[in-house]
Amino acid sequence: MISRRILLSTVAGLLFAAGSAAQAQQPIEIQWWHAMTGANNDVVVKLAEDFNKTQSQYKVVATYKGSYPDTMNAGIAAFRAGNAPHIMQVFEVGTATMMAAKGAVMPVYQMMKDAGEKFDPNAYLPTVTGYYSTTKGEMLSMPFNSSTAIMWYNKDAFKKAGLDPAKPPKTWPEVFDYAKKLKASGYNACGFSVAWTTWLLLEQFSAWHDLPLASKANGMDGFDTVLQFNSPLHVKLINELIQLQKDKTYDYSGRTNTGEGRYTSGECPIFMTSSAFYGNVKANAKFDFGMAPLPYFSDAKGAPQNSIIGGASLWVMGGKKLEEYKGVAKFFTFLSDTDRQVWLHKESGYLPITKAAYEKTKASGFYEQNPGREVPLIQMAGKAPTENSRGLRLGNMVQLRDIWSEELESAFAGKKSAKEALDTAVERGNATLRQFERTVVR
Amino acid sequence: MEKRAIYNNRVLPYLLLTPQLLVTLIFFYWPALQVVHQSFLLEDAFGLQSSYVWFENFQRLFADPDYGRAFGVTVIFSTVVAFLSLAIALLLAVMADRQIRGANAYKTLLMWPYAVAPAVAGVLWLFMFQPSLGVVAQSVKRMGLDWNPLLNGTHAMTLVVLAGTWKQISYNFLFFLAGLQAIPRSVIEAAAIDGASATRRFWTIIFPLLSPTTFFLLVVNIVYVFFDTFGIIDAVTGGGPARATTTLVYKVYDDGRLGGDLGGSAAQSAILMFIVVALTAVQFKYVERRVHY
Repeated sequence: MISRRILLSTVAGLLFAAGSAAQAQQPIEIQWWHAMTGANNDVVVKLAEDFNKTQSQYKVVATYKGSYPDTMNAGIAAFRAGNAPHIMQVFEVGTATMMAAKGAVMPVYQMMKDAGEKFDPNAYLPTVTGYYSTTKGEMLSMPFNSSTAIMWYNKDAFKKAGLDPAKPPKTWPEVFDYAKKLKASGYNACGFSVAWTTWLLLEQFSAWHDLPLASKANGMDGFDTVLQFNSPLHVKLINELIQLQKDKTYDYSGRTNTGEGRYTSGECPIFMTSSAFYGNVKANAKFDFGMAPLPYFSDAKGAPQNSIIGGASLWVMGGKKLEEYKGVAKFFTFLSDTDRQVWLHKESGYLPITKAAYEKTKASGFYEQNPGREVPLIQMAGKAPTENSRGLRLGNMVQLRDIWSEELESAFAGKKSAKEALDTAVERGNATLRQFERTVVR
Repeated sequence: MEKRAIYNNRVLPYLLLTPQLLVTLIFFYWPALQVVHQSFLLEDAFGLQSSYVWFENFQRLFADPDYGRAFGVTVIFSTVVAFLSLAIALLLAVMADRQIRGANAYKTLLMWPYAVAPAVAGVLWLFMFQPSLGVVAQSVKRMGLDWNPLLNGTHAMTLVVLAGTWKQISYNFLFFLAGLQAIPRSVIEAAAIDGASATRRFWTIIFPLLSPTTFFLLVVNIVYVFFDTFGIIDAVTGGGPARATTTLVYKVYDDGRLGGDLGGSAAQSAILMFIVVALTAVQFKYVERRVHY
């Protein structure tokens, strides 16, 4: 008897709870899948929480989905199963794949228009948004965390080698010369090195010297692009590095950023990698560190041009309801807010995406207090981007980078000449591009 | 005397088999067929557009010199890892099977590495052998060898072989030890009384009597090196330098998951599946004849 009574009251309670929940206005959920860990994950969580506090109509739910490739694969698998998230964070090398997937994604400019959200594409920094826009300037995805490549150097090591720590090398010949002197002063395992090897030595190098990495504005004007990074200047750089690798004046540090520890541990006194390395350096380097622009060959016309970005952007997935898109649009407006961008820039070390945020940070005297933090911005915003330096849009980019790395590894191991390695990298890469072109939705 | 259960009902045996058959069909045959189907398609990552290209994915593979190279790398890698992990595990098992103080402690410790996930095993070895920070790498360098798995393919291969072998030794050890303990003591003792040396006892009595275990482990190890080692390779070398450690299974993972080339990746999976089926069949047909049960 008692048990029946309990059962009845439980059922009644459940019914009541369900009824009252249905009566209250449920916020529309917006799923945001991302790949941020550590301090950057905290930033993502805080952004979602802050947005949810500002209004009650929408609720952004941020979910960590693993590394960049993991997140992208999870999103693709979810799309194939018919329940993609609304917002997906995709690394820059996935841009061409996402863009080619018409119907699977919703271009940001289109969504903003459909949702009736105020949106001025000119408010954004062109070198940042250009990477994620069409040639007509229509923004396809919203830049989220952007960085660029810069040169990090060890001021203490410079002093030890009798070099002026206030005058970092400006050109490649100077870098080679400095590295030799540093090596002679005791840094014999590594004079200088580079992380994200293909990003630095091929992609950034091309943009910085206003040389095409690939035809058709690096693929932005069409999928029938062909690779062109076997120019005499590219060969010159790789050839120098092959020679320097022999006595470790330059020492190869791998394809990704796993070699970055060689800088913070003090092993490599000059190291080129992402500007987002800042937090790590600040926490772990036990020496006086300096940040400087990337080196260039002074005989190249137009160098230095501007460097390109790396990092990730937020893609909006297709096939959702208009009211959900309205929420996403509100969230993007919230993200682009000047004060929020200033905070993000200072907190995470990534680049601001709007002009106003850059100006405001500058006016606040932040760059005077934190010398070096403006280097990536000067590098990005110094000149108006050309078609060689706006960005890259190459399909199967992950595979392309693998192919290029393999050929560079053969070259640095002394198995191939610079010309041979770059020619093969171009040829093999082109075959991969043609394969991608065939799968593109027309 | 014949031991055979008699079923009067013709349907019942099939009914009893159904659950097992269903599991096999759904979890093994269906995915395998999916792979074969996918290998005939050319498709973008999102599956928005796909077209049948039939054997083109296979033709592309066989025209690709890298595929041939991955094949060679796989042969070297699997032979060395399977041989080393079996040989070392057998040696350790024979040693641990003897009457020694603290034998249980040794046995337990030797089984531990099996509990380590492949990727974690890879990272552990990477830490020890990382050229600039690794403990072992530093001492190797001090001995005068320019250790550099980032550029030297042989060094990278040595590293993945070490990690792959280390990971599998515990499993093999466990089975060898169980196999050894199942060998009747009396046979060995009789041989000892007859004056047979330890080495001779091992090769003429223990090794033949252990052959069912060895055969089983050989099959399992071949499957292990073909399929389960990509986690280690991914963590340690990422298939590099210049494809020196890209095995067939790593190439499947690399092209499919990282590269988004589903058709090509599926074609490779189909080939790999065929190779392992063929290898296992060969083992059962020819090697098993020499096994004494």
